Amino acid sequence: MTNKQTKHQQPLSHLDWLESEAIYILREVAGQCSNPVLLFSGGKDSLCILRLAEKAFRPGRFPFPLMHIDTGHNYQEVIDFRDQRAAELGERLIVRSVEDSMKRGTVVLKTPDESRNKHQSVTLLEAIEEFGFDCCIGGARRDEEKARAKERIMSFRDEFGQWDPKNQRPELWNLYNARSHKGENIRAFPISNWTEMDVWQYIERENLALPSIYFAHQRDVVMRGGSIVPVNVPLVSGEVANPLKAGEEIINMQVRFRTVGDISCTAPVISDADTVSKIVLETATSTITERGATRLDDQTSDASMEQRKKEGYF
Amino acid sequence: MSKATVQHNDSNVDSLLRFMTCGSVDDGKSTLIGRLLFDTKTILADTLTQISNTSKKRGMEAVDLSLLTDGLQAEREQGITIDVAYRYFSTGTRKYIIADAPGHEQYTRNMVTAASTANLAIILIDARRGVLTQTRRHSYLAHLVGIQHIVVAVNKMDLVNYDQATYDKICADYLAFAQEIGFAQARDIKFIPLSALAGDMLVDRLDNMPWYKGETLLEILESAPAAHTEGDEEFRFPVQFVCRPHASADADLHDFRGFMGRIESGGISVGDAVTVLPNGYQSKVKAIQLGDAQLQSAQTEQSITLLLEDEIDTSRGDMIVKTGSAIQPVKQIEAFVCWLSETPMSLARTYVIRHTTRESKAKVGTISYKVDVNTLEEQATTDLKMNDIARMTFKLAQPLMVDSYATNRATGAFIVIDESSNNTVGAGMII
Ligand SMILES: Nc1nc2c(ncn2[C@@H]2O[C@H](COP(=O)(O)OP(=O)(O)O)[C@@H](O)[C@H]2O)c(=O)[nH]1
Repeated sequence: MTNKQTKHQQPLSHLDWLESEAIYILREVAGQCSNPVLLFSGGKDSLCILRLAEKAFRPGRFPFPLMHIDTGHNYQEVIDFRDQRAAELGERLIVRSVEDSMKRGTVVLKTPDESRNKHQSVTLLEAIEEFGFDCCIGGARRDEEKARAKERIMSFRDEFGQWDPKNQRPELWNLYNARSHKGENIRAFPISNWTEMDVWQYIERENLALPSIYFAHQRDVVMRGGSIVPVNVPLVSGEVANPLKAGEEIINMQVRFRTVGDISCTAPVISDADTVSKIVLETATSTITERGATRLDDQTSDASMEQRKKEGYF
Repeated sequence: MSKATVQHNDSNVDSLLRFMTCGSVDDGKSTLIGRLLFDTKTILADTLTQISNTSKKRGMEAVDLSLLTDGLQAEREQGITIDVAYRYFSTGTRKYIIADAPGHEQYTRNMVTAASTANLAIILIDARRGVLTQTRRHSYLAHLVGIQHIVVAVNKMDLVNYDQATYDKICADYLAFAQEIGFAQARDIKFIPLSALAGDMLVDRLDNMPWYKGETLLEILESAPAAHTEGDEEFRFPVQFVCRPHASADADLHDFRGFMGRIESGGISVGDAVTVLPNGYQSKVKAIQLGDAQLQSAQTEQSITLLLEDEIDTSRGDMIVKTGSAIQPVKQIEAFVCWLSETPMSLARTYVIRHTTRESKAKVGTISYKVDVNTLEEQATTDLKMNDIARMTFKLAQPLMVDSYATNRATGAFIVIDESSNNTVGAGMII
């Protein structure tokens, strides 16, 4: 084929292309799986997926409920936002909490202030079993971390929720295979091919509302091991997360979060970006990766994400 | 009609390009990708610190850019790459998705996997070694999987003193071989001399090769058309999902019946006459929706909802085409099949074939021959093992609406699924 042939169409923009691919993946999940669920945290990636689901399924209802695995250590703003968004959409929201798993004894913390992030996998697996979900739709992106670069769009998990890099299905063309036997599970990642920049550009284009902590705000923090750590954060339970330690000095800084997750392991960055377009600009000139900047739990080892994936993490 | 009207200009390329890199171990594939990411400023400071620490740990003086594309722990320990990895970078004008597959002989399946979503392939040749068996293998596979744009990158030019004669000879050798497999006429082939290590001719043009007047690698990538924008493909719309919100109290929605899917090829406008296959029902397009937006027309790769004038019983797996299109349901297909599974193909078993959004049970008909990917020889065979490629037929329980892979990549491709494991065990390209 030569390049001389006439082109009868305007090329799609990269956001249009990514959006179309994600809608296609969501519809494949709906078409192939009998009982899928959409994991929704109130964070920016999952808010993009909600918009994509609207575009994929409206005027119908979503062919799946939303579910949040709550560590009990989330920012109140994010939880409120999560509830508000689910209500606006009129879709069912299931919340399962790590604290319930702790009460059942299936999650045991090594120390009271240990990050609960990695324990989400236990609660998630319990919820999968409780509801009999055969597919969980998540917001992971391949550019987030090295270990994710080979992740499939439809990623297979065995009965223990484990991800075995040697036992993943080849994925060709856009012929996704989301089949599973009873007890097994598929994790579907509609925005696999998006980068952090794509996400922010999409939020800007679609004019998506976000929890306030994504925007620059004043916050009490301390410096711990080179990271900015928010301290004395009030929790829904009445307790506080990240209590101030002896000898630490509180600094009031202007910061924003690039990811929102468990308070104990999500650090903010210094920023004065208080609008989405300023964040897009800041992301374009940023010199640090999203995880590098903000995920305290990933810094332990090069391969720590891979380890957690094997244990059933998203 | 804004979307359907023609705009001819050279900068009218899609803002997203998917490409793959092919090379044997040590040809410099990881270095090339690392360079592209580095020189386009995709690599951020913390990642760079991480890999420079690792480089030091391994006793290297310079930062080893190939570490950037190092994948999983298991293979880091084994020191080899075992699967397809995807990388991203953006230049402001274009977003790129790189499929990075290892080039070992036993990794034919990885190459086929990577090639299936790529529109362009960079085939790496070590300037000291010239066109080798593996170069032929990579080219054949790129050809088989229908990649339209080939960039033959002669790497490590620094090790041959940036010698033009060496480069010219490799280009001539390659062209001779490409002609032999009927590849040169069909494809757009470009040649480029590189030093991935020095970063010469990737993003920057250094002073080492004044004799080369062609585009840099990045310039080639920036202007390469993505496959779907070439040629006039026919409208193909496999139905993915049917939206019927009939329980709704909203009177407008009571009779709503939307056919949801992605346009795999061609374009469609409101008012077009369409036929739904395999049943052959006919109707007209009443509306095209994308989210809240009502479109007058839509094009390849858009995910949309189609509303038809008539109430037609249509479900997932059906295909909507323009009335008069030549496509017909078939119950037998002939294809080149690449076997992906460690368990060899069984002639006795029934498999599932997934083609677009449709599935059918399938049994092997006949195997004509197997292709030796190194010599391109056709060999008689009665079985198919992992990484084998064979020309064969399948008998189908359900009709499929197929085009030949050469005319339509989306409706000419299928995967083979083993129902006992649910694994994807084969990849097929219809002849
Ligand atoms: N001199 C020179 N060495 C190169 C060049 N490209 C790669 N190499 C080296 O060749 C070796 C193999 O490169 P690598 O990128 O790991 O190859 P891969 O196995 O194809 O990914 C490494 O030691 C690289 O530093 C080049 O253009 N010139």
